[in-house]
Amino acid sequence: MAELTDLSLLEAAGALRGGDVSSTELTRACLDRVQAIDGVVRAFLTVTEDLAMAQAEAADQQLRMRSDEPLPLVLGIPIAVKDVLCVEGVPTTCGSKILEGFRPPYTATSVARLVEAGAVILGKTNTDEFAMGSSTENSGYGVSHNPWNLDRVPGGSSGGPAAAVAARMCYAALGTDTGGSVRQPAAFCGVSGLKTSYGRVSRYGLIAYGSSLDTVGGLARNVADLSPIFSLMAGHDPLDSTSVTDPVPDIHLSGAPKLRIGVPKEYFIEGLQPDVETAVRAAIETFREMGAIVQEISLPHTDLALPVYYIIAPAEASANLARYDGVRYGPRHGPGSYPEDYFVTRGELFGAEVKRRIMLGTYALSAGYYDAYYGQAQKVRTLIKGDFEAAFQEVDLIACPVTPTTAFGIGAHGDDPLSMYLEDVFTLPANLAGIPGLSFPVGFDSEGLPIGMQFMAPHLEEARLFSAAHAYQAATSWHTRWPEL
Amino acid sequence: MALTLEEVRAIARLARLQLTAEEEERFASQLSDVLDYAARLGEVDTSEIPPTASVLPMSAPLRPDVVRPCPPRDQLLANAPDSEGGLFRVPRVLELEP
Repeated sequence: MAELTDLSLLEAAGALRGGDVSSTELTRACLDRVQAIDGVVRAFLTVTEDLAMAQAEAADQQLRMRSDEPLPLVLGIPIAVKDVLCVEGVPTTCGSKILEGFRPPYTATSVARLVEAGAVILGKTNTDEFAMGSSTENSGYGVSHNPWNLDRVPGGSSGGPAAAVAARMCYAALGTDTGGSVRQPAAFCGVSGLKTSYGRVSRYGLIAYGSSLDTVGGLARNVADLSPIFSLMAGHDPLDSTSVTDPVPDIHLSGAPKLRIGVPKEYFIEGLQPDVETAVRAAIETFREMGAIVQEISLPHTDLALPVYYIIAPAEASANLARYDGVRYGPRHGPGSYPEDYFVTRGELFGAEVKRRIMLGTYALSAGYYDAYYGQAQKVRTLIKGDFEAAFQEVDLIACPVTPTTAFGIGAHGDDPLSMYLEDVFTLPANLAGIPGLSFPVGFDSEGLPIGMQFMAPHLEEARLFSAAHAYQAATSWHTRWPEL
Repeated sequence: MALTLEEVRAIARLARLQLTAEEEERFASQLSDVLDYAARLGEVDTSEIPPTASVLPMSAPLRPDVVRPCPPRDQLLANAPDSEGGLFRVPRVLELEP
């Protein structure tokens, strides 16, 4: 057998069932690989070795019992969790100094459902602070590195999860996507990343950033590996009042139907790296050859998504992050008096980007500016959502680039937040509309960096994303390439 | 539009953020850039458009009011920077009359 860490999630699950390998061996192999290479990749903030080995032994016992019940595909599979999802008793920082030392008293529903199915938690992975960023450079605990080129960012905010999957330190990872934070790092690291529909996966235990935009998703080496992760996490949770009660469909990976694919002209704009456009257009051509009907469509309000997002997300963040007051969790700084301790704790322990977004949101919500900024942004959001509703009258899926460029260099955006925000231009619209998206590799640029394409589907139509993207991966091999590390 | 330093200080007060002088300067310029960029929203005619607060057509759902276990007090207080006698300990917020 090849190196254990080279297996896909489904291959590892098959090997476990066949008795070729134990979960203890898979987990040990992942922990050894983390030990060997994470000193340079820096994907993990916390490695939960003891927890992982105990979970692996429990999984092995269950596998040995050989019951007639079908076993969950994630049973005994080591995965990583983005450090914005609570795991009981395990440090959960959101990449922020303001939560240093915080050990949640409960586990996020998304994580709990995987753990109940027997998944092994290897540890918590790096993120931009409170998921605000596109590179992990905003983490309070240092930047993660792209396994394809260590001088490049892995993307963000789920940069740690993407780097961990790409570097084969785990078989899959949980991430979150508020404006592209699963899809963009998946594209930069050459892995497959799913943003679920808003409301599809419980947000209980996901530490809030933008509550009308936040979604939990997953990253893995291929689309098929994502299907058991999605199926387990999805579904109603009474602990999240925005979690939908709609049934979770079975994911069928075989037989992509004759899909109508829309290609939005607004996503092929000046500034799009030529390599990216070439690879994405070639992938669309592959779908045409496989029998899809491809047509150009228009999403006319696309250029307004970025300003809408950068009003609404900071507004929601400013309200959500009001809870960090140095009273109930995290360190407290200051002279020991009220209200100075609030100001000093927040001023010293939040990073620059978080402070900027809190300020922006506070301003947009303040008396005299509310209607002009927040109210207007919510109305334009309706127009953006309407663009998608109209498009999905004509097509089943929308295909477009994930990012304007491949992974940029660490430090490339310097201290220019607006230029960093522009990185999210192709991913924000799905969050504003609440629809699902899937990013998967479709080639490499001239410097050997991965290129991603995304599909978007109507709300709750994740199954379409899976069948189409899997059909592509069955016919191509981009997703089987690994960084040499 | 350019935010003045005074405006930046007023926002920081509302947000309970202590900023250094250098941060005030930098944020004034960076936030102005973002607000300038967002100004294009004002050019869109939305007089007939309702706002979207949530993409879901939901009202607040109801559930049975049943007692469920919650984490023990010790576990919750263990995360606090300061506690005493089973309570969060904070600086005095009320001045007592002499």
